[in-house]
Amino acid sequence: MRASDDPMAEFRATFFAECEDLLEGAQAGLLAMQHGRADSETLNVVFRAVHSIKGGAGAFALEEIVAFAHQFETALDQLRTGTLQPDAATILLLLNASDGLSDLVAASRDGTSLERGATDATLADLCALVSDGKADENPTEGFVVTKLSLDLDAPEPPLPERQTYRIDFVPDDALYALGNEPLFLFRALAELGDLEVVADIAMVPEIDKFVPGSSYVGWTLDLTTAASDAEIAEVFDFVDGLCTLRIARVPADRALDPVPCPPPGAQTASAQAPGSAPQEGPVGEPPQTRPEAHLPQASTAAPVAATVRVDLDRIDRLANLVGELVIQQAILTQSIADTGLTRRSTVSQNLEKLTGLTREMQNGVMMIRAQPLKSLFQRMSRIVREASAASGKPVRFSTEGEATEIDKAMIEGLADPLMHMLRNAVDHGLEPPGIRAAAGKSAQGDVRLSAAHRSGRVVIEVTDDGGGIDRAKVLDTAISRGLVSAGAQLSEPEIDSLLFLPGFSTAGEVSNLSGRGVGMDVVRSAIQTLGGRIAIRSETGRGTTFSVSLPLTLAVLDGMIVDVADERLVLPVHTIIETLTLSDDEVGELAPGSSLAMVRGQILALLDLGSALGYRAPLETIAGAQALVIALEGNERVALLVDAIHDQRQVVIKGLRDGFGRAPGVAAATILGDGQVALILDPIEIVAHAGIRAAAPLSSAG
Amino acid sequence: MTAETRPGDDTGRELLSFHVADQNYAFDILSVREIRGWSRPTPLPHAPAYLLGVINLRGTVLPVIDLAARLGMPDRQSTPRDVIIVVTVAETDVGLLVSAVSDILTLPRDALQPPPGPAADPVAAFVSALAAQDGAMIRLLDLNAVIPAQGGAAA
Repeated sequence: MRASDDPMAEFRATFFAECEDLLEGAQAGLLAMQHGRADSETLNVVFRAVHSIKGGAGAFALEEIVAFAHQFETALDQLRTGTLQPDAATILLLLNASDGLSDLVAASRDGTSLERGATDATLADLCALVSDGKADENPTEGFVVTKLSLDLDAPEPPLPERQTYRIDFVPDDALYALGNEPLFLFRALAELGDLEVVADIAMVPEIDKFVPGSSYVGWTLDLTTAASDAEIAEVFDFVDGLCTLRIARVPADRALDPVPCPPPGAQTASAQAPGSAPQEGPVGEPPQTRPEAHLPQASTAAPVAATVRVDLDRIDRLANLVGELVIQQAILTQSIADTGLTRRSTVSQNLEKLTGLTREMQNGVMMIRAQPLKSLFQRMSRIVREASAASGKPVRFSTEGEATEIDKAMIEGLADPLMHMLRNAVDHGLEPPGIRAAAGKSAQGDVRLSAAHRSGRVVIEVTDDGGGIDRAKVLDTAISRGLVSAGAQLSEPEIDSLLFLPGFSTAGEVSNLSGRGVGMDVVRSAIQTLGGRIAIRSETGRGTTFSVSLPLTLAVLDGMIVDVADERLVLPVHTIIETLTLSDDEVGELAPGSSLAMVRGQILALLDLGSALGYRAPLETIAGAQALVIALEGNERVALLVDAIHDQRQVVIKGLRDGFGRAPGVAAATILGDGQVALILDPIEIVAHAGIRAAAPLSSAG
Repeated sequence: MTAETRPGDDTGRELLSFHVADQNYAFDILSVREIRGWSRPTPLPHAPAYLLGVINLRGTVLPVIDLAARLGMPDRQSTPRDVIIVVTVAETDVGLLVSAVSDILTLPRDALQPPPGPAADPVAAFVSALAAQDGAMIRLLDLNAVIPAQGGAAA
């Protein structure tokens, strides 16, 4: 494995991987706080994350991270103690701080150095915040100690009826004389709950005054337990009368005394939620050292499922192998079919079982690769924040369906297009606050990012509540750029789709936010590379929605195998509504070269796939040919003419390189059972390509 | 792969020579990944004429270029007796369809000479050097010119 010669490199890699998780957790917590869910546990999660990063960074001598995380942590600590209030401005600053921290972490990981001072402003803000907090601090209140016990071995939260008892225990000489041993008592107590033991050795005399057999040591014990007073008293039954004993309940809301040196193994005990409302500090207590010394690492209140961190390469290799297995199994199926064995033969039946297993295995591997969109969505909240700050438009950003899972490779590929779409939504979609107010909308714009599974695909939508697409302006721009001939009559969806033409940008002046002319065409091609499609819905005055529909994985596809001009082709099953055989009287011509088909009373455009792909001249007679009805965006339908329709089959997607066959209409390729490469078509692109050439309302065909 | 065969070494270069139609061509043997028999390529829609299509190379999809068409020679049908040379150019694998592979040659550096002046022959654009071997002329192909630049097609 890599870096086996440098164990530190491996630790570093682990540290940075953990940092990513921790930062994600911190961001999630801060976002929750922004939405008014600022409970103490959320705050603790954030605090722990920042603290763990600081600790890890310290171990690797990453000074910049340590310094930054330290200020960040201090601010969070003041929030916990209540010296700072979690108002909107503070939380925004903390979110910026978490952005800054993740920049620092990323820079250290990649060995690049951030632009000098990139995080200085945030750091300065943090410092200011922290010192404000200190100034407001009520001196009589003191620094409140919050100790935290999140026992990793016992993840269930402490029972509400758990109580903390303070036991003062000073044995008499007689206790030892009768052979009693305090250690056994403490052990018995420890069995009842979490025990902290502090010895009071103030009574121990100088060595020359020391009387052997005398008792000089007393103990203060803090026991957190669900046991009753009687049960605790019972422990001391045998030493009754041989010691000074006082058992008292410690009020639940009171912070515990600090324990200078807890015995090894003993858990620090506190049933209370740390950092809850400002607490009354125990009077006369020495100021506590930083509480983090007692913080257990990496623990959250929510039960976390056990996970294994696996090198992505290994999973990819496994996925590839399973892909080969699927192909090989298809080859086997074909060769067995060629031998003429019936489906009832033992071989065929066993083969069917193998097919089932292969498919399950394929799904299993895909599930390993699948990841929730959560981390991506969280990254996007930063984009919106920055866009909002840069454009001066206040934005309320919400996400939905972040648990939706999708292939990890897709998540990477989605980051750029989503970023672009969100910036567009803020920059172009939302109106300036003044105009919003005039339109009776709240000054704060809404931008929503949502994801959902819809019929075997993942649909991601970016919605704004802005003014909608200014279609007149779009059309004017398109005409002035020569993208559309003047006077062309375009329907609303057609105008909307002009946004996807290369080099189109409606922003009057180019802002440094949404880029320079590289617009939605780049977004669309990025989405198409992922096997996805993008569509626009817009309502004037109400807002715009960009909807991206993606396959669940880049690795396999449910395909329909068809024959066209002696070539075997694959069409994605999800695009096909029905298959049918056409007779001559169901087919007509609108104009030469543009055919129509009657399908149960509905008239559909009929496209000869063979000639659309340039494989052959248009068919003379259509009689007896088979057709696939394809669903386009917006419920439009088109019939595709093919020579023969075979079966439906799962195929492994093999990418085609740009420049070699990424022709319009070809999405990818696959290898069929006979070892032959078959092209996987994107029927929607084929129709668009053919349609533009046929009807040509747009002059920039192709 | 030994140091002696490195291009630019004074002792000479090892070349793979082959026939396209009736002409002799060669290129550096270090570009060659493997040589395999003909298999029917799957044609790509709207592809240039020289791009025959794609074949299955042990589970990956390999584009195949008809070298004769690429060099501007008259159309001819590819036959199952043709050979596909798989080359790696700019980290991309491409198959080149040729009529036959003939030999592996070691030519001293000074045996190679630049092609004479600007020629009307369209092949000239692809030939980086010439050499005489046993009375026959061998044209050294510039693979970077033969294989079209990447990313040309719209995504």
